Amino acid sequence: MIRVRGLSKWFGDHQVLHGVDLDVARGEVVVVIGPSGSGKSTLCRCLNRLEAADVGEIHVDGVPVPAEGRALARLRADVGMVFQSFNLFQHKTVLENVMLAPTRVRGVSRAEAAREARRLLERVGIAEQADKLPALLSGGQQQRAAIARALAMRPKVMLFDEPTSALDPEMVGEVLDVMAGLAADGMTMVVVTHEMGFARRVADRVVFMDGGRIVEAGEPNAFFDAPSTDRARDFLAKVLTH
Amino acid sequence: MSPILDHLPEFWQGLLVTLELTAASFAGAVVVGLAITAMRVGPVPVLRAIGTGYVETFQNLPLLVLLVLAVFGLPEIGIKAGLLATSMVVIALYEGAYIAEALRSGVNAIAKGQGEAARALGLTFGQSLRHVVLPQALRTVVQPIGNIFIALTMNTSLVAAVGVVDLTAAANRVNLVEAQPIPIFVGAGLAYAAVAAVAGLVTGRLERRLAVAR
Ligand SMILES: Nc1ncnc2c1ncn2[C@@H]1O[C@H](COP(=O)(O)OP(=O)(O)OP(=O)(O)O)[C@@H](O)[C@H]1O
Ligand SMILES: [Mg+2]
Repeated sequence: MIRVRGLSKWFGDHQVLHGVDLDVARGEVVVVIGPSGSGKSTLCRCLNRLEAADVGEIHVDGVPVPAEGRALARLRADVGMVFQSFNLFQHKTVLENVMLAPTRVRGVSRAEAAREARRLLERVGIAEQADKLPALLSGGQQQRAAIARALAMRPKVMLFDEPTSALDPEMVGEVLDVMAGLAADGMTMVVVTHEMGFARRVADRVVFMDGGRIVEAGEPNAFFDAPSTDRARDFLAKVLTH
Repeated sequence: MSPILDHLPEFWQGLLVTLELTAASFAGAVVVGLAITAMRVGPVPVLRAIGTGYVETFQNLPLLVLLVLAVFGLPEIGIKAGLLATSMVVIALYEGAYIAEALRSGVNAIAKGQGEAARALGLTFGQSLRHVVLPQALRTVVQPIGNIFIALTMNTSLVAAVGVVDLTAAANRVNLVEAQPIPIFVGAGLAYAAVAAVAGLVTGRLERRLAVAR
């Protein structure tokens, strides 16, 4: 579903990705972990070209990611993204947030979009918040609304960039539960997270990044129980002790 | 007050011209401001440069110079338009630069996360501007744009210098006959102040309404 070859990216003189290769199969859940600044977000954002790759190729569902314009917008419509900071549209109700893209991008009728939006809000457990403005919701509810908003486009892939890092600890679980449910339903997912429990339970594969490179990748139990590189071992020792 | 009362029709006619000029050039300035802002925050480097160049040019030229240039210069190169229409266009182009600058600060405050979320959903740049970024940016710039409106109202008085008979020019003419500058120009000043006061009231209202909706 996603195929990345030789992806390199610079911010000014600073190279943040060094020839990254990554494949994500249809229905696969790949969790990306690694220390701060290792390039996880940048990799994730290159997949829907919120950041432009400088070198390398990215294919989504067999199609090279277009450079710009309507073709790029069409690709993004098929790739859902969930941000650390939710980024719900503050001037629209939760329901309108979910309806906006289907009506404007897909040309779905308002009635149909509203029906589908309510169904999705039900699915993420916040149906009763539909007519509120985002600012009135808790962080966990806002992030679940953001997931519903992305799902409303019926994406082929979902990208999550640290979806629970901005949440109070008691709200992390409700968001991870929604994500686990999606994975169980067969959604193809790329998840950047520091939640190792989620990675172990839900991931099909864990990818460990450091210094802009994929240092190690593997099936979660094998990776967490016996990482094969020193860098991954050091990282796990650090994150698992607190 | 008698010099004003005696010439009420002239004053009234002048006030109408001022109001017409204000309304039309403000509407034009908003359109120009939106277009320039779209260029400046957009992804195309050439358009960004043009937008920035536009704002810097118009902010660094006196309006009176532009008016004189347009009114007396354009006919020289064969472009003929009415005095009033020419003045409206010049003021709209000039104030549009200020509106663009006010809008850009509003857009920048909103654009990063909100614009990214919109584009990540598949909205085009124009759609994300129109449905997500601008509606929120406009709320944050109601006050600055209200101030631009007031400045624009005052600036319309410069058209008196190029022969449009607005409120200021009408006052000037009446004064030539009556030679009582204090009541005449205080009266005209009060009329401008009244327009400004109404604008201030409207923006205050608007801001409160939009603030509640957040
Ligand atoms: N827009 C940008 N401009 C300049 N440098 C950037 C930009 N975005 C990221 N960087 C730099 O690129 C490097 C990789 O950043 P990235 O956000 O991808 O890391 P990350 O693995 O997601 O880290 P974290 O866990 O802190 O989110 C960092 O050194 C960061 O400072
Ligand atoms: Mg990050």
